[in-house]
Amino acid sequence: MADKILLAHGSGGKLAHDLVEKSFVKVLANPLLDKMDDSAVFELSGRLAFTTDSYVVSPIFFPGGDIGKLAVCGTVNDLATSGAKPLYLSLAFIIEEGLALEDLEKIVNSVQAVCGEAGVEIVTGDTKVVTRGSADKLFINTAGVGVIPEGVNISGSNARPGDKVILSGAIGDHGIAVVSKREGLSFATKLKSDCAPLGGLVAEMLKASPDIHALRDPTRGGLATSLNELAQQSKVSIRIEEKEIPVREEVLAACEMLGFDPLYVANEGKMIAIVPPGDADKVLKAMRRNKYGKKAAIIGEVGAENPGRVTMKTVLGSSRIVDMMVGDLLPRIC
Amino acid sequence: MKYITEFRSSELGKGLIARIQQRSKKKARFMEFCGGHTVTIFRYGIRQLLPPTIEMVSGPGCPICVTANADLDKAIALSQIPGVIVTTFGDMLKVPGSRSSLEKAKAEGAEVRTVYSTMDALDTAEANPDRSVVFLGIGFETTAPIIAASILQAEERGIKNYYVLSLHKLCPPVIRALLDSGGLELQGLVCPGHVSAVIGSHPWEFIAQEYGIPCVVSGFEPLDILQCVEMLVEQVEKGDSRVEIAYKRGVRPEGNQIALELMERVFEPSPARWRGMGEIAGSGLKIKSEYRRFDAEANFDIKTAPAVEHKGCICGDILRGVKTPADCKFFGKACKPENPVGPCMVSAEGSCSAYYLYGGERGG
Repeated sequence: MADKILLAHGSGGKLAHDLVEKSFVKVLANPLLDKMDDSAVFELSGRLAFTTDSYVVSPIFFPGGDIGKLAVCGTVNDLATSGAKPLYLSLAFIIEEGLALEDLEKIVNSVQAVCGEAGVEIVTGDTKVVTRGSADKLFINTAGVGVIPEGVNISGSNARPGDKVILSGAIGDHGIAVVSKREGLSFATKLKSDCAPLGGLVAEMLKASPDIHALRDPTRGGLATSLNELAQQSKVSIRIEEKEIPVREEVLAACEMLGFDPLYVANEGKMIAIVPPGDADKVLKAMRRNKYGKKAAIIGEVGAENPGRVTMKTVLGSSRIVDMMVGDLLPRIC
Repeated sequence: MKYITEFRSSELGKGLIARIQQRSKKKARFMEFCGGHTVTIFRYGIRQLLPPTIEMVSGPGCPICVTANADLDKAIALSQIPGVIVTTFGDMLKVPGSRSSLEKAKAEGAEVRTVYSTMDALDTAEANPDRSVVFLGIGFETTAPIIAASILQAEERGIKNYYVLSLHKLCPPVIRALLDSGGLELQGLVCPGHVSAVIGSHPWEFIAQEYGIPCVVSGFEPLDILQCVEMLVEQVEKGDSRVEIAYKRGVRPEGNQIALELMERVFEPSPARWRGMGEIAGSGLKIKSEYRRFDAEANFDIKTAPAVEHKGCICGDILRGVKTPADCKFFGKACKPENPVGPCMVSAEGSCSAYYLYGGERGG
């Protein structure tokens, strides 16, 4: 029988110690973690960004990623949205008793791989095991710190009328990839999650223009919800053009089948940038040079009228409101 | 051909709009029967693009919206019976009945499960042999065949704890009732696409022949709708009233024989209650007596208190096309998608939801 996670793996005793040592620290090794102290001690200077997020995705493995990769990318991207260079992350597992050890190890390896790519280190962590049914396989929390370069001042409240809205690539890949593997709903698609760490992309964007006004990664609630948040925070309107928004044909097809609107489907490797008009082309070019921004496009503009409202020019040339997402996405019935 | 982007082409769309604007001289009021069409019309801002001669009104083609409170109450009452698992398509959860909703019943402990297909409901029944699994059969001629298929499958697989609460509605009888109720003065009908894929276009002939109203069956992409409107305008200008199909890739005049046979094997026409329109003869489907053992209505003692309507909610009038969401005092204030008063704000295909989400009276 394959090795399973037992309650004792989270008890703080011998089994727990072995698990941490062999399956976690050995894989995630770095000088701060290797010390095995209760807290990681390090020096940083300048303005810091600090964020945390919990990950409960189901299924824990999905096309293009897994919950571990997601937990690193999500926190790295949240740091990147303030312009910070992501540096150190914490990693805490809540494991349901009975999870295959092999699955956990796969996930830790995936954490390590994406940390390497993102240039971040896991410097502290925690493991808890709960009885069967008290959690669903595996939940992860990560927190992270990063340093904001001198002269960078990015906030969701900084969008100004006249600014351009740039999107780094096609929307909806993550949500559709995950849904395609969900129990009771599985359908065949070659689509992969876009899950990716965007610290490098943001660094290159900032090199092109340190004057970027706002950044947001449109995760749950999709592009539409993020744009609404930005419009509300900055007390501006945002007008986007439907024909400029990149969406893959597979995502469109799946959305038709499920009754979703791609504007509301989750992404895990996309960035929205709100940029002064004079810098838009420079930033766009920098984004397109990065592998995570090849399909970047200017999708709209910030306006002054009707603060808080997002509208869209449709492919037919008419205009409509783009509201925040309400509740969960549900499939239609007729 | 990928069947999506081609039907959202900006250039082709603009060409169709120009032709409609050029051709339309007579004032005409068209109803899109189907909620799916309403959503496309709002999502693509099609009303703004049509010439002032053309008025579009939304019809009752949203199966959730037209389900009467008395029937919603039955579904909720079923969920309260010990040992029952209610399975349903997701849109039904939030719909408020007289006093509660399935979502609230679920939060209070009732077992209500969302499924994506009737076959999932059947699997649930098979996996829980000591429970009774009831599927809420809500929908038009589009969903009735797959629900019929699930009953036949249950029989074949020997599943004895699967039941259907049949609240199905048929489209042609309600359109006749609407036209007879007067006050609509339609010059054209955008006939439902998916319903027609099952029943064909012949069942709409009576509208063209007896009522003299042009009918065009439409698909659900923006170009489908524009082409349909163009064809309706053409008939109006020529003084024709015929049934045409703009949705040729999905609909044949004779419909889908296999689906129709499935429906006829399991169901027979019955009177049905419609929100805002009351009981309409022959507009529903009930399970035939030989499949009675799958009929939730016949096998459970469903107790409900008399249905009550939410005072001031005008969903019924909106469904008949005689009022618009903007006429409702609750719209956008007490009634929003996150806190709906009436079903037209809940369903993804409801008129109020389309108006609210995509602009309409909010100035879009």
